[in-house]
Parts: sequence; C-alpha cells; structure tokens
Amino acid sequence: MDFISILSIFVLACFVGYYVVWSVTPALHTPLMAVTNAISSVIIVGALVASAEAGSIAAKILGLLAVVFASVNIFGGFAVTERMLAMYKKKERK
Amino acid sequence: MHELAPVSPFIALAYLVAGVLFILALRGLSSPATSRRGNRMGMAGMAIAVATTLYTHDVVSLPEILGAIVVGGGIGFIIARRIAMTDMPQLVAAFHSLVGLAAVFVGAAAYLNPGAFGILDPLTDEIHNASRVEMGLGVAIGAITFSGSIIAFLKLNGNMSGKPIMLPGRHLINLGTLAAILGLIAYFVTDQSPWIFWTVTALSFVIGFLLIIPIGGADMPVVVSMLNSYSGWAAAAMGFTLGNSAMIITGALVGSSGAILSYIMCKAMNRSFISVIAGGFGAESGPSGGGAAAVDRPYKRGSAEDAAFLMKQADSVIIVPGYGMAVSQAQHALREMGDLLKKEGVSVKYAIHPVAGRMPGHMNVLLAEANVPYDEVFELEDINSEFGQADVAFVIGANDVTNPAAKTDKTSPIYGMPILDVANAKSVLFVKRSMGGAGYAGVDNEVFYMDNTMMLLADAKKMVEEIVKGLAH
Repeated sequence: MDFISILSIFVLACFVGYYVVWSVTPALHTPLMAVTNAISSVIIVGALVASAEAGSIAAKILGLLAVVFASVNIFGGFAVTERMLAMYKKKERK
Repeated sequence: MHELAPVSPFIALAYLVAGVLFILALRGLSSPATSRRGNRMGMAGMAIAVATTLYTHDVVSLPEILGAIVVGGGIGFIIARRIAMTDMPQLVAAFHSLVGLAAVFVGAAAYLNPGAFGILDPLTDEIHNASRVEMGLGVAIGAITFSGSIIAFLKLNGNMSGKPIMLPGRHLINLGTLAAILGLIAYFVTDQSPWIFWTVTALSFVIGFLLIIPIGGADMPVVVSMLNSYSGWAAAAMGFTLGNSAMIITGALVGSSGAILSYIMCKAMNRSFISVIAGGFGAESGPSGGGAAAVDRPYKRGSAEDAAFLMKQADSVIIVPGYGMAVSQAQHALREMGDLLKKEGVSVKYAIHPVAGRMPGHMNVLLAEANVPYDEVFELEDINSEFGQADVAFVIGANDVTNPAAKTDKTSPIYGMPILDVANAKSVLFVKRSMGGAGYAGVDNEVFYMDNTMMLLADAKKMVEEIVKGLAH
C-alpha cells in the first residue's frame, strides 16, 4: 500500500476511535482499558513476521520474544475483560 | 517472497475485517448489555489477524511460534484468572509495558532483518526513508511505554512510594532528551548506522522512566490512560512500517481511547494535561490553603451503631466510594450493607466520581464484583443534584472528591475540580481511617467539621462490617 492510502486509513480510524470511545459508558472504562490493551497487541502481526522469515537469527529471537509478550497480553487482556464484563449485572426485577 | 507491497486483495480484506471487528469490540462497550458480544468480536478480530499473518508468510519456524503463543497465552490466561479486581490498575500498567516492549522488539527485528518486512529499497538495498522514521518513532514510543509503565506499575503496586520523585532541573533534562530522540530519528533518515538506532532506543527507555517518576499517586489515573494511549500509537507506527491496516486501525483506536480517557480524568480534576505531566502534585504536604490543621478542630465522632440507626431511619442513602474502599476491600461488606438497607425500605444509590480510585472506572468494576447492580451506580453529573434530597451521604474511602474547598477556596490546589456535593445531604457519614491524613491533594476537608457530619474513624471494611451487624438486629 502506498503511504497516502495508509495515512488515510490512519486518519479516518482516529476519527472513528474518537466517536466510538466517547460512546463508551464511564462505568465500563476499566474494561475499555483492558480490551484496548488486548487489541493493541495486534502488534503480534509484526512479531510473527519477524519470527517467521528467514534471514537474521537475532531478529527471529526478538520476534519470538515479542510473540510471547503479545500473547500474554492478548490472552490475559481478553480473559480479564471477559471476567470483568461477566460481573456487570442488572437489578433483578421481582 | 519478501515484498509485501503487492498483497492479494483477500489478504488486505482479512486485515480490514480484523480492524472492523476491533472497532465493533469497542462499540460494544457502550452498554454492559452488549459488552460481552463486543469482547468476543475483539477475540475474533485477533484470531483473523494472527491466522492471516501466519498463512501469508513462508513460516519456517511454526513450532517455535506456536510454542511462544502457548507459553505467553498460558501465562496471560492464568494471570487474568487469578488477579484480584482491586489490583486491576497494576495489571493494566503491566500489560501496557508488555505492548511497549513487544513494539521495541518488533522495531529492532525490522531494523535487523528489513527484507522480511519488505521495507528495503530494491535499488540501493537500504531501508526506505519513510520506514526509518516510522520505525524510529515506533521504537521510541514503545520504549517510553515500557519504562513508563514499569514505573507506574511499581507505584501502583506499592513497590515504590506514590510520592513524586523530583530531580533538580528535570524539565530541562526531559526536554533535552526528547529533543535528542527526535533529532536522532531525523538524522536516521540520512544515516542508518546501528548506533543511531540503539541510542534512540536507549534514550527512549530513559525518558519513559524520567517522565513518570515525578508524578504522584493521585495522578495515576491520567498516567495509566496516557500510557494506554502510547501503546496504541506504538502499534500504529509499526503498522505504518508493515503497511498493515489492522495494526493501523487498532493503533488509532487505542491511541484515541487512551487520549480521551486522559482528557476525561484531567477534566475531572480540573488540571491541565501539561501540569499532570510536569508532575509534583501532592509533593508538598501540610495544609496548603485549606484552613487550620486537622487536629485542633472539633468534629463529631460516631460509632457503627449510630450509623446503622441513622441509615435505618433514612428514606434514601447515597454511597460515595473512593480509593480507600478498594484498599481495604470493603466492597462486599458494602453491598451487604446496601442489601440490608434495601430490605428496610431505604433507597440505596452509589455515586462515582470520575477520578475515584486509581484508574478510570475502577470503582464501577469493584462494585460490579460485589454484585451491586450497575443500574444502582451513577456518575457524578447524573446524581449530584440528588444529594439535596438524600437523608444520608455515606462517604467511604473518598475525600478530595467531596471537598467543598474545590468550589469556595480559590487558593486551594483542588479549586475548580468538580465535586460530589455530599454536604447537601441531611447528614453525612464519613468513613475514614483517622483524622490525621488529609487527601492526596494535602487539603483539609470542611465536611469533617460540619454539624451534620459524623466521622466514623476505622478501617473501611471493619466499620462497614460493624454497621452490617448493627443493621442485622
């Protein structure tokens, strides 16, 4: 992809992020941080590229370490978000 | 095989789908009812992104990669299951540091093996100029996120004092280091020698550390949000390097999310972002313009029985929890108290100040953990007018967020901060460990000395348990 199309995606995504995040209810701000933390670990894509490709041993080791870190975050982040969200209950109407 | 540019449209489409799923994950959080579906969409998006990446590369080391995912995933999963809800701020800080470190490692890997990332100029066999800047920025932001989050973690976890640590001339040192980092990244365009890359990395680790040490405990909600934002920008910068839409969309989402949360937190404290970053808040102790010292002013002290009696007679009680509730783990006892009061026909509501606790939404999670229904929990602007009609305001572990000095005393360091108007309730029950320590802002609170205030001086959890006993018979 050329730089301008990438930049367009980035700028538009910033606007989407702005509006989506303002619509998040303040009661869920902690789960929001946990889930954004999990999805920012999409950086694992870069780590996978580094550890998959032949070329440099050092790059491969760095890549694999980054895969470990990002995986901690992905599984930990989504699991802890799930755990938190399961606790939010409505009043039981009798 | 190395050139990423002419990707098949299906692959680009897969990453786009992943990005859209991430947007929907955040969108789901607009209400607790849709939030879990949102979280699942986030998981699906991540699965698609990982699978697409593995599918489109000549993976020569699949067992190692799967091993790394299993090890990391296992650790993450166990931590997520075991962590206490009160420790959530530390956990989030620790997770941020991992994103930061991963970004640094990915950036370093891209520098060492640019061919794999498709960022080599085929004519000169050098890294593209644009990629050098993106890489440099990604590594710098990642390193700042890492070391900053480590300090935030140590402060939140109590391994390091929450007091600001002030180095002499720190503004000059910080600005100089930042300028050096940016200058070196610019110079990196003309010269891609290793020393520049590694110096940028090292300086960024140092500046992350320097930026967070002068920031005090009460400002941690802003810091945690800010580091959340940084971790997003780091991912976005790496997304530029890889030309990957999923990473760019996610980075932008997370970046703006953290930025908005920081803004909300700053506004809730009436502080500017710059003043928080500059640090030092809460460093000078003692009464700074908040009236006389706490010890020599008369106040009314009550017992748990008095409190139980008063609340039993009330029609409506508004509970105001703060960080002290989290520290003493009083949320379960508090819910029990609420249940007993409801049985007596008392209306019970919870009022949450945006900066109560150590991270945005901290109190809401703790109350949810204790099974308090979320429709009994209200934000400041939704409930503040109701204190005037309430019989009892029950303040537990909160202080500065109820201090009327924020409205009346122009010299007070918290002047202008929106507060919960507990003083308007017919009576105020104030649970506090002792009369000694003022809030984080180091300001005395007028509410303690009002005629209709009863101070309940004890550990929050013990006091609430005593009140529960008093209500039970």
